[in-house]
Amino acid sequence: MRKKELLKGNYAIAKAAVEAGCQSYFAYPITPQSEIGEYLSSEMPKLGRAYVSAESEVAAISMLLGAGSTGVKAMTSSSSCAVALMQEGLSFIAGDEIPCVLVSVMRAGPGLGYIYPSQGDYFQTTKGGGNGDYKIITFAPSSVQECIDLTYKCFYVSQKYRTPVCLLADGMLGQMMEPAVIGEYPYEEIDQSGWALDGAKNREARHIASIEREQETLRQRVEKIFEKYNKILENENIFEKYETEGAKLIITAFGSIARIAKAAVKLARKNGLKVGLFRPILLNPFPEETVAEIAEKAEVILDIELNCGQMLQDIKASIAGKVKIPVKFYGRPAGVMMTVEEIYKQIENCYREITEKKYGTACI
Amino acid sequence: MGRIVLNRDRCKACYICVDSCPNKVLEADEKVNALGYYPAKFNADKKCAGCAICARVCPDMAIEKVYR
Amino acid sequence: MEQLVYKKPDSIRDDFKITFCPGCDHGVAVRLVAEVLDELGVRENTIGIASVGCSVFSYDFFNVDIVEAQHGRSMAVATGVKRSKPDKIVFTYQGDGDLASIGIAETIHAMTRGEKVTAICINNTTYGMTGGQAGPTTLLGQVTTTTTQGRRADINGYPIKISELLKEIEGTAYVARVTLDSPQAVVNAKKCIKKAFEAQIKGLGTGFVEILATCPTNWKMTPQQAHERVRGEMSDVFKPGIYKDKVSEAK
Ligand SMILES: Cc1ncc(C[n+]2csc(CCOP(=O)(O)OP(=O)(O)O)c2C)c(N)n1
Ligand code: SF4
Ligand code: SF4
Ligand code: SF4
Ligand SMILES: [Mg+2]
Repeated sequence: MRKKELLKGNYAIAKAAVEAGCQSYFAYPITPQSEIGEYLSSEMPKLGRAYVSAESEVAAISMLLGAGSTGVKAMTSSSSCAVALMQEGLSFIAGDEIPCVLVSVMRAGPGLGYIYPSQGDYFQTTKGGGNGDYKIITFAPSSVQECIDLTYKCFYVSQKYRTPVCLLADGMLGQMMEPAVIGEYPYEEIDQSGWALDGAKNREARHIASIEREQETLRQRVEKIFEKYNKILENENIFEKYETEGAKLIITAFGSIARIAKAAVKLARKNGLKVGLFRPILLNPFPEETVAEIAEKAEVILDIELNCGQMLQDIKASIAGKVKIPVKFYGRPAGVMMTVEEIYKQIENCYREITEKKYGTACI
Repeated sequence: MGRIVLNRDRCKACYICVDSCPNKVLEADEKVNALGYYPAKFNADKKCAGCAICARVCPDMAIEKVYR
Repeated sequence: MEQLVYKKPDSIRDDFKITFCPGCDHGVAVRLVAEVLDELGVRENTIGIASVGCSVFSYDFFNVDIVEAQHGRSMAVATGVKRSKPDKIVFTYQGDGDLASIGIAETIHAMTRGEKVTAICINNTTYGMTGGQAGPTTLLGQVTTTTTQGRRADINGYPIKISELLKEIEGTAYVARVTLDSPQAVVNAKKCIKKAFEAQIKGLGTGFVEILATCPTNWKMTPQQAHERVRGEMSDVFKPGIYKDKVSEAK
């Protein structure tokens, strides 16, 4: 058994990457995730693995494309305005079906914004800024332990399905200290030799390219990628349900806000309010059916995010045409973290309105 | 004496080989090829040195083999 | 006894398709790279990077593993490949627009890091694939679809001299500029390409060859006129030669 240690989220991610067997890491510094690169710059060379300080995020993501094409486990990490620069590469990587991991530690935007905690890049990650039909598979941790466990998961899912995967954390998680265990990489190793580039010895030459001249082949290729996304949703949909049984009010939240929301839900339950929490961990593809099932028996959903309402759109889409209950939103643009009391107050307000039967189906 | 193997259906009729052949062995064919070009043609009556200059300058690798 | 003195290199696919226009120097450059890979015996250990431009379909002809880079990012992709698989021979095949315009940062920084890869740049003084617009290497006075009165320094700036620039970078081990306008030039170009691969194999740094190449289609010239232009005004501005050779020094 490995011991618990007091770890900062960023170091936890970096250490987990090493433990997962990450062979190549490329990045350009940006707060609030620079510790990941700092740690790996000293650790990777000791292990005979690659650390390259890229000249830009455009270069870093391109290096990741190259590394991933050889079948090794490869990773980059960045934040917000810098992840924006990676969108071109991400689109190619997705089209090429190259496995690799992007750690995105959100800061407040738009533009340079600041290093305050934020969830303002939910859209950037799950809707993407790159061109074409593709998705970046996304997992969102809400504790330092999950930073570790989901880093493992990201590597595994990326290699199993040959797809780029994003670990979407935020400044609060990256900087937070918490006891956690760096356990062993829990997944089986997945053989990449059937497609990866390593020189055309005793086999036909291979190529990895997103360009495709044949209309029909291009269509089929993109469809195949989308079938893969369906499989990922089927097999890798992880989420947290807390006290959702019999709940009249369902709180939806992800990442660091979800842990504060959970504390508020606990408090509400203690005070006899029938409130539950749904926290999707797989954010993309979005678990629409899971949300719809949970919403079925509820009367109201209250979505809470540290942004102006991004996951909110997916929550609404999840229940549209299936469950006729209102979806309320509480959030604010990046900056000041929410408190348990603040969220509790929102729960109370919402709950009062339920008991006063304020909500008809009309307000959907 | 030399000879070349010219895949006339790969030729795009740039005639760089024609201009480069030191012995003027190559000329333009009067029949079109599969690509619709009048390809280069090896004139067996002329003296090919087997120098492979034509193959080295051909941008389409239409000259597949050279013997000497 | 009749002897085979030339055949298609093994590093070119048996079912190769040359996707270039008639008389385009790209085709010769590709073959030279393939011949060098054959001669060095590294075909089965090589990973090539295809860049966006007329050579994007590199896998149609190269019989080696190929990964496509985004426009301009070839040297960064090459870095990712080489650092992950240091025992592989890695090369990029890029246009002048790709390497010296949109990808100049990736080029300079990969070379500054002295990445042990080989970069081949086809300088045809234009963005060939998109229809012949003015690019970073377009000569002063050159008429293109975006410099219809000829490139003017006061409006469009000056052509970038790639080899002169890259020779100054400490991480480059070999820098040469060659042409393909005659049989002798082709032989010389191949020697230089080989050196640029040896720079990588010997671990000396980045090997680089700039090939002054024709684009008969966009220049609106016959292949012969196009070679005249390479010999003339292009070579006047972009002087062919070996700009740096740590490979010979190391011997
Ligand atoms: C980011 C981006 N911008 C623009 C293009 C369009 N584009 C495709 S090829 C090309 C120019 C290529 O020129 P060069 O690198 O000189 O190669 P050549 O075709 O001349 O061999 C451009 C601008 C693109 N594919 N991607
Ligand atoms: S050089 Fe090649 S393509 Fe051009 S005419 Fe000769 S054989 Fe044909
Ligand atoms: S091998 Fe030499 S002599 Fe013979 S056709 Fe070719 S260029 Fe001419
Ligand atoms: S457009 Fe120019 S560079 Fe491109 S293949 Fe045609 S001739 Fe060659
Ligand atoms: Mg060009």
